[in-house]
Parts: sequence; structure tokens; C-alpha cells
Amino acid sequence: MEIKSVLKTLTESTGVSGDEFSVSEKAADFLREYADNVSVDAFGSVLGFVKAEDPNAKTLLLDAHIDQVGLIVTFIDENGFIGVGACGSPDLKTLLAQSVTIHGKKEVLGVVSTLPPHVSKASKEKSAPEIGDIFIDIGLSKEEAEKVISLGDRITINSSFRELSETKISAPAIDNRSGVCAVLHALEMLKGKKTAYNIAVCFSCREETGESGAKMNGFKIQPDEALVVDVSFGNTPDSSEKDTAKLGSGVMIGFSAGLDKEMSNKLCALAKNANIPFTREIMPSSTGTNADVIGISGRGVKCCTLSLPIRYMHTAVETADLRDIEAVATLICEYAEEK
Amino acid sequence: MNEMLMKLCEINGASGDESKIRDFIRKNITADDAFTDNLGNLIVFKKGKKTPKNKIMFAAHMDEVGLMITYADSDGFLRFGAVGGINPEVLLGRGFKLESGAYAVCATKAIHQQSSDERKRIPEIGELYLDIGASSREEAEQKAPLGSYAYFDADFFEFGDGFLKGKAIDDRAGCLIMMNMINGQPEYDAWYAFTVQEEIGTRGAAAAAFTVVPDIAFVLETTTACDIARVSGDKKVCELGKGAVVSYMDNGTLYDRGLYSLAMKTANENNIPVQTKTLIAGGNDSRAIHVSRSGVRTCAISVPCRYLHSPSCVIKTSDFDAVSALAEKMLSAAADI
Repeated sequence: MEIKSVLKTLTESTGVSGDEFSVSEKAADFLREYADNVSVDAFGSVLGFVKAEDPNAKTLLLDAHIDQVGLIVTFIDENGFIGVGACGSPDLKTLLAQSVTIHGKKEVLGVVSTLPPHVSKASKEKSAPEIGDIFIDIGLSKEEAEKVISLGDRITINSSFRELSETKISAPAIDNRSGVCAVLHALEMLKGKKTAYNIAVCFSCREETGESGAKMNGFKIQPDEALVVDVSFGNTPDSSEKDTAKLGSGVMIGFSAGLDKEMSNKLCALAKNANIPFTREIMPSSTGTNADVIGISGRGVKCCTLSLPIRYMHTAVETADLRDIEAVATLICEYAEEK
Repeated sequence: MNEMLMKLCEINGASGDESKIRDFIRKNITADDAFTDNLGNLIVFKKGKKTPKNKIMFAAHMDEVGLMITYADSDGFLRFGAVGGINPEVLLGRGFKLESGAYAVCATKAIHQQSSDERKRIPEIGELYLDIGASSREEAEQKAPLGSYAYFDADFFEFGDGFLKGKAIDDRAGCLIMMNMINGQPEYDAWYAFTVQEEIGTRGAAAAAFTVVPDIAFVLETTTACDIARVSGDKKVCELGKGAVVSYMDNGTLYDRGLYSLAMKTANENNIPVQTKTLIAGGNDSRAIHVSRSGVRTCAISVPCRYLHSPSCVIKTSDFDAVSALAEKMLSAAADI
């Protein structure tokens, strides 16, 4: 598979938390190439399995959440403007005057309302909008709006897949379609090889709204170990070096009180041996990823996170480096392969 | 008209960088005389069926707001300034296209890493940067030389009940109305100035009016409409779907009272929907034109537009049609007054 083209397909599909089916079907199609018994569950998570030859092999779960942050329709005002709530935590500052799609009975295009500089105060301290201040202009009366839009419909920001450089890509929902991509690529590389584990794959729904997809499937699969693939913070001019990793610096291997230290160390050793670029991502108490809930599903699961640094998380222009996706995939492969 | 407006809006041309849009307009009009002046204004003469007593000039500006690259740092990130008035919030979380064709994006560090104060406040333009995926100053400056422009990489679409969304509708809508007049069969001879540098202080119009020496000028524009949720009464300024906007005063001009009344009367007589602004806000090329030489009687006829100076200007086609119709009627109405 070409990572870039799979990433493009996946980021051009939409799936705000709780309404992932559209992107989940796309991901399931990709997964069928490399795994058996692929299905999309009732909640929108994608599951698939690769059996090891050894009947006594342990089960390794590869998890990457498939949902994206977005908005949800909460109100239609008397003039047909659409009031919204947040699904997950989109950066509200970035929403004004954005082009959006409401996923109603059909896809409805609109624009997030704002006031132009001609009438807005040019005061130095400008406040970011609160969620209750955000309304979408769809150019329809209330009556017409209600025919196509219902409360609870999800909303995504329209943005494009932009190739900023040979390796750097900007697109909406890079969080965490890039992680999904890395898992798919790892499975592709494992195809035809002997694996040390029975591999279960879960592209889980609803991570952004409380990791509930991973909670359900952690229990259902009951793996022995899990690698949780997600995005983390990339370097920007306004963030500090200590809180970020440079784009292109490889896979970020998680260290956290809630992660399995042996796994973390083993992954570092494997990366070192295989010359896979990596950094250590230190998250003292919790990871803020699906690993937090998978770790305590059922009788408990050993977990480690594999992250790739991205910039501008939770905006429509999330930016990743293809080389980091490759590094994550290669390390998964190293970990799962029977040596 | 929608397809032509889309083409006009998709051409990048901020103040000082109008050559592409000018060339496109020049190629798509049939005029009796057309020339580009020293500033880059495209000045066009089109004969009508009759010659009016008054020399009449229409004006619409070709330029749009944009960004100019001012600095590249050692990590390859770009700093920029605004060309024209742009609120920083309409830059965040979106894509841009550079003159070189390369893409850029603008945003800040992740919401998770912002302090509660940072979350609540919109950064100023001077704090923002563009990411073009470069990893060094050299690479950045190659793709984006200092002084080059960046443009909203925005979609153009029709939505709702006859609404259009796109960048640069301000004032490619006015340009299109003039192009249609030139390519039609106007009743009277007239001059048409496609002006430059409106967004940085109505500079092109000053030269154009000096050159043309009109008796009467009509500025065809888009104007601030704030008819959105939670805005009521006079604060709406004007409303989409309520027709052409004729102004009596804005921050640049006290308009000719006679022409204002004539425009209102002409619209009403011809069943063209018309409205005025309920707030003194904004300004346009009239600012420079009405004080040209010894003064020019000036009237602004505008398409009401939401979200001006953003990647998502929104107009309604019925208002565009009303401005087109009124502009045409005003040429005849003002010919011999």
C-alpha cells in the first residue's frame, strides 16, 4: 500500500465520534486485505484478526482510534442558523468562517458565522468564541433546514489533503487516521511472515469522547498485550521543545506509570536494533489515549503506546510526516514478528 | 453567472498582485478601449447606444485581502503580515496557497497544550506563522520568498436557497457585474475602472478617477451584512435576500444625496429590491473617487455580503441580480441629469 494514498482516502472520509460508520467501512475495506473476520461492530469500531501458527500464542491487540473531533447539531434557530455542541475538543478559535458539512439526511454545506473586521472591535485582547456562540449558516429557513437536518447530526470542517512537502501532509482527522494507516501498513509488512502473536486489530470508535470504543473491545478481545497507536504533539514555533517531538523524528515510544515498562523498554531496544528512528514519550500518570482503558479491561492488559508527532491537533489542518507513520509501522512489525 | 464568479474568485490577486485577475478580466471583455495604467488599474471604455450628457464611470476593485511573507525562521516556519484588514481568527485552522503554488497551513500549538488564558484569547496576527513543511530557512525562502503573497486556499460552492460561498467575492462580484455590462448592449457610453489596491486604502481608484475625469461615478461593491444568529436590529447593517444596498454614508464617504434618492426611486420604479445600511461601517473606492479633482458625484451600489475578508464570503444570487439590474438602470437614469 502507498501510505500517502491510504491516508488521503481515510482523511477524506468522515467519522465524528459516535458516527464513524462512513470512515469505518472504508478502513474495513483496507483491513480485509491483511486480516480475517473483518467486521464493523454496532458502535462503529472496526475489528479484524490475524492468527499465529502456534495455537498457544498470546494475543496482541493493535488499537488505533478511528473517530475525529467535530461538532454536533443542538439547535435550529428561527432563521435557520444551526447551533452546535462539541464532540471531543475541537479548537474553537479555529472554527470561525470555516466551510463545513452537516451530515444530515443529506450532506448540507454551510459556513460558520462570524463578524467581519468592519464591525468587530479591533481591541487587542480578543476573546475566543465559546461553543454557545458558534452558529452555522446554511442559507435555509428554519422550515427548510428541519427537512434535512436533525438535532444530533454531526458536523465536520471542510479542508483538503495538502502535501506541504515531500513527506509532510496536512489534512483533517490526521488524528488518528495516520495511526490507522500505520497499523494497516504494519499488517501489510507482516503478511506472509510468521507472527509471535495472534493479532487482533481494533480501529476503535469514540476515543475523543471518552475512549469508550476501546473499552468495549478491550473487554471483547481480552488480549494479553496491546500496542495503542495514536498521535502526539509535534514541534511548532509556539510550543516548547520539552513538550513536543520534531516531525520526522520517528516513532514516540510511551513511558507512563500506567504502561508496561518491560514493553516500553523492549520496544526501544527493538527500534534501536532495527535502526528505526524513535523518541521516548514520557507521560507520568496517564497517557490520554485508549491505553488508559484497554489496560484495565477484563483481567487487565499490558499496554504500550506508539505515537507519531503531529502539529495543530484538533484543527482541520493537522500535519504529520509520512516518515513517522512508516517508523510506527516498522516497529509494530518488529514487535509482532516471530524471530 | 455562478461559474464565472467562481472563476474570478479562484484567481489569486491581493492588493499589489492584481496582474492575473486583470489579465483574466481583459481577456473576457469586449471593449471599445481598454488600457492598464501605471498602478495596474484596468480602465475600459464601452460605447453605448447613445452618448450621455454626463461622463459616467463605474468602478469595482479587483484586489482581495491576502497575506505577505515577511520572515522565515531557521526551522522553516514563515511569519507574515496582512494585506488589507483580516481578523486573525479567520486564518487559524486553514490552508493557504503561495505564489509558488506550494501549500501552507496556519494554526497554533494543540488545544491540549494551551494554557487556559491561551485557550480563551485569539492570538494577534504577529504571533501567527505559516507552516509549509520546510525544515530550514533556505528551503522556506525558496518556496516563499520574502515579499511574496499567500492566499486563502478556499472552496467555492453554492448552498442553501441560492447562496454562494467563496473567497474574494469582495469584490469580484462587482467586477463581474461590470464585465456583464461591458459585454452587453449598454444604453449609454460609459467608463469602467477595474481598480487595484482598494483593500489597502482605495489607492487605485484615486488614480483611475483622476484619469477618467467622470462627472458621476457608481461604485459596485460588496458590503458588510451581519444578519446572522444573535444579531438584531441596526447591528445587522443590511440583509441578504433584501436586494441591492445603496449607501448614504459609510466610514469613507458622505454620498451624493441626489444620486442616493435617484437610486432608491429607480429601484422602486423598476421593482428591483433595494435597501440601505443601518450602521455606518466600512468604506470603499467612493472614498477616493468622490474627492477626485474638483469632486465627483458618487453613489455606491453593493451586494450585501456576510463574512467579508474571510475565506468564506457569502452572498445571495438574487442580491447580485438586483445590483446588476440597478447598475444598468442607473446608467440611463444618470445619463442626462
